[in-house]
Amino acid sequence: MAFYLLYIAVAVALFGFMALFALFAVYAERKIAGFVQDRLGPMETGRYGSLQTFADILKLIQKEFITPSAADKILFAAAPVIIFTAVFLGFAVMPWAPGLAPAATNLGLFYVIAIISVDAIGLLMAGWGSNNKFSLLGSMRAVAQIVSYEIPAGIALISAVMIAQTLNLQEMTLNQGIQAETAPLFLGFLDVSKTGGLLAWHVFQAPHLLLAYVIFFIASLAECNRAPFDIPEAESELVGGFHTEYGGLRFAFIFLAEYAMMFLVAMIGVVVFLGGWNTPLPNIGSLKLAEWTTGPVWGVCWTLGKTLLIVGVQIWIRWTLPRLRADQLMTLCWKILTPMAFLCMAISGIWRVWAMG
Amino acid sequence: MFKTVLHAFVTAAKGLGLTLAHLFGARRSRKTRDVRQADYFEKQEGVTTVQFPREKMPIPEVARYQLDVEIDDCIVCDLCAKACPVDCITIESIKSPEVIGKTSDGSVKRLYAAKFDIDMAKCMYCGLCTVVCPTECITMTDQYDRSTVSLSDLTYSFSEMAPEDIEAKKQEWTRFQAEKEAAKRG
Repeated sequence: MAFYLLYIAVAVALFGFMALFALFAVYAERKIAGFVQDRLGPMETGRYGSLQTFADILKLIQKEFITPSAADKILFAAAPVIIFTAVFLGFAVMPWAPGLAPAATNLGLFYVIAIISVDAIGLLMAGWGSNNKFSLLGSMRAVAQIVSYEIPAGIALISAVMIAQTLNLQEMTLNQGIQAETAPLFLGFLDVSKTGGLLAWHVFQAPHLLLAYVIFFIASLAECNRAPFDIPEAESELVGGFHTEYGGLRFAFIFLAEYAMMFLVAMIGVVVFLGGWNTPLPNIGSLKLAEWTTGPVWGVCWTLGKTLLIVGVQIWIRWTLPRLRADQLMTLCWKILTPMAFLCMAISGIWRVWAMG
Repeated sequence: MFKTVLHAFVTAAKGLGLTLAHLFGARRSRKTRDVRQADYFEKQEGVTTVQFPREKMPIPEVARYQLDVEIDDCIVCDLCAKACPVDCITIESIKSPEVIGKTSDGSVKRLYAAKFDIDMAKCMYCGLCTVVCPTECITMTDQYDRSTVSLSDLTYSFSEMAPEDIEAKKQEWTRFQAEKEAAKRG
């Protein structure tokens, strides 16, 4: 019985974290957007507008459920649930610290990638169920984009998995630091199992994974419908894309899922390529920085810190780069990212056989 | 392909650098707020937002915002109302049997302004009324912040006559007319 209670407690804690993160990220997004454009962003609600997103969510919660009369009632109501659940379930296998992961399954990475794909069905349901041309157009674009970009993202991840030799995210993280069972090799030849830190991360174990990480990062932007790949939402041309007809709590859940997705893909990148909860500080001689900064609390701090940094970069990119056209989007995916990802995978194979023995 | 990719990265990095510079530049606020200063457009760094009710942009004394009427100088010629493209000025005049007085520039006043209403909600701030006014009694002021809760508050009444005054002056004019008629017949 206590067993199930723990499960529920973990789920509630994760949900709470997601909600808090979404509130914080929306505020950060608006502030960064403001600063980048020489504005101030929200300033009126609370000190420096810090209570703005709490006020927003309070407003959304109070609103009435409005279903358009022409909408497909069941699909319309079910879509936000599916979109949110898909992202929420993704968090189930993400490692936070040494020995701290909701579920350290052996198929962790495969599971995350699979469960994120369910998101596309939710988006299509939202667009189709709304019975609105903008929504349908948006969701068609979303599905085309997500399905396409899963290929370079997946292959980039596979090239890291070939180096790591595991799909278990907890083990994968473990092998990128000082607690590794098989010695991590910096650039393929230097044993850094005693030094750890930055040097043991996957991107530095095999330098072509840096390219793989860039590919994954670009593809992950497209997967969570972030600018410059936000053509499914495209506020300026499609009103709001697939969520045009949504309001109140349903919209809040779609929005929450979107921001949670940002965090999730950033976290996958961090775990697979950037050492997860491992510290970036290496041991230098008698200065055992890596050993001092490894532990459950440090682990959570590093995971959060790295992931928030990547989320920050996502926001920064959103307010810099203009939106791609649909055909440019597909060109980038199929003609550039996919071949590059295949190249990375090929190098990984060679690396595995010759460099790592 | 590699050339295109490289180009994409270089241009993206350039753009990201620019936005990052602005992101960190936002710690400062723009000092020069007065558009009349010569170097106004040279200052490109820092936050431009003016947090309005708490801080205001400097405006010239001769700024052309809301209308004001010096009713003592008005000869009720109705030219402003005729010039107004949006018909936001409504004037009602009452004739007077004799000269009422003089305006500050010496024009003779022969009409009472029973009603001189300007609907600022309609006004488009073209300033044509101020151009045609012979006594320069209708002017544009530097007042621009006149938010009200009711639309009718935006109709400014400049007439200073009380209703009984208006009634008295009207009767006076009808009596004068009647007397003139009687004198003609008689």
